[in-house]
Amino acid sequence: MTFTGESKGFINYIYERYKDLSIKDITLVFEGQITHQIMKALTGLAEEQLAEVEDDSVLRRVYHVMVESLQNINRHAEAYEYRGHPYPGMGLVLVAKTKARFQVTTGNIIESQHVDELAMFLGKLNNMDSDALDDLYKKQMREGIISPQGGAGLGFIDIRRKTGNHLDYSFVKIDEETSFFIFTSTISR
Amino acid sequence: MKALRIEQTDDSPQVILDQEDKQFEISGKSLPEDVVEFYQPVLDWLREYQKEPLAKTEFNLKLSYFNTASSKLIMDILLIFEEMVEEGHKVVIRWHSLRSDEDMQEAGKEFEEMINVPFEHTIYEK
Repeated sequence: MTFTGESKGFINYIYERYKDLSIKDITLVFEGQITHQIMKALTGLAEEQLAEVEDDSVLRRVYHVMVESLQNINRHAEAYEYRGHPYPGMGLVLVAKTKARFQVTTGNIIESQHVDELAMFLGKLNNMDSDALDDLYKKQMREGIISPQGGAGLGFIDIRRKTGNHLDYSFVKIDEETSFFIFTSTISR
Repeated sequence: MKALRIEQTDDSPQVILDQEDKQFEISGKSLPEDVVEFYQPVLDWLREYQKEPLAKTEFNLKLSYFNTASSKLIMDILLIFEEMVEEGHKVVIRWHSLRSDEDMQEAGKEFEEMINVPFEHTIYEK
């Protein structure tokens, strides 16, 4: 499923950001509907590919970041209609490897009205040190509840604190109501 | 009390809650699509068990992986054990981690900090 017209699909936004990557750096790339079954298939595939060549602790973190990012999409991605074609729960994921790190990038449609709130939250996480992140995680564990979408509000916090690296994010405005959210986690090797 | 046994799947753990056999264990991988649906029977069973527990309960958590939504439900389970301790019962949480899995060992220590129940940390090799 690709988008026609002036855009060849959201995957272009991602490739644009990773111009310097060569094809051999890409572990996995997928664009389509992210269901729970697809999430399991993609994380299983990455696990299988990396098991032989990668350190166990790095592999476990890449796996965890993929699970959390993809479950976010599964739970929160907005259905999107382009020229009359519906794309429910549309998302994409790209896992890339360089000498020093893994990068897990996901992209999905969100409602533009949530952009500021999300950007502020992720920015706040980036500015926190590891003790503050641990405290926030514990606070959310004690006080948070499972949302109707099935999440615990812990995913981004946990990615930030487990990877120890800054979260990279941007938003591409599609129209007044919808934006494309691009999110990259970095796992040091 | 009737035992609760749930077979493990590729995204949900094995559960054994058996008062007669004195076996209380959750083991395997936990990233089900709907955590509440999966863990509700476990929470219901423990709420019932809480009324007349054994003199000492040893609860084994041997997870190879859990996502953040599951960690919230694990917390809910541990809070029931905390209440049992407050009610004067003996409980030990035995947290099992793979030797190479430092994040799992850390997670066990973090739960221990948050919950007022004695923990024992156990390392396994494979």
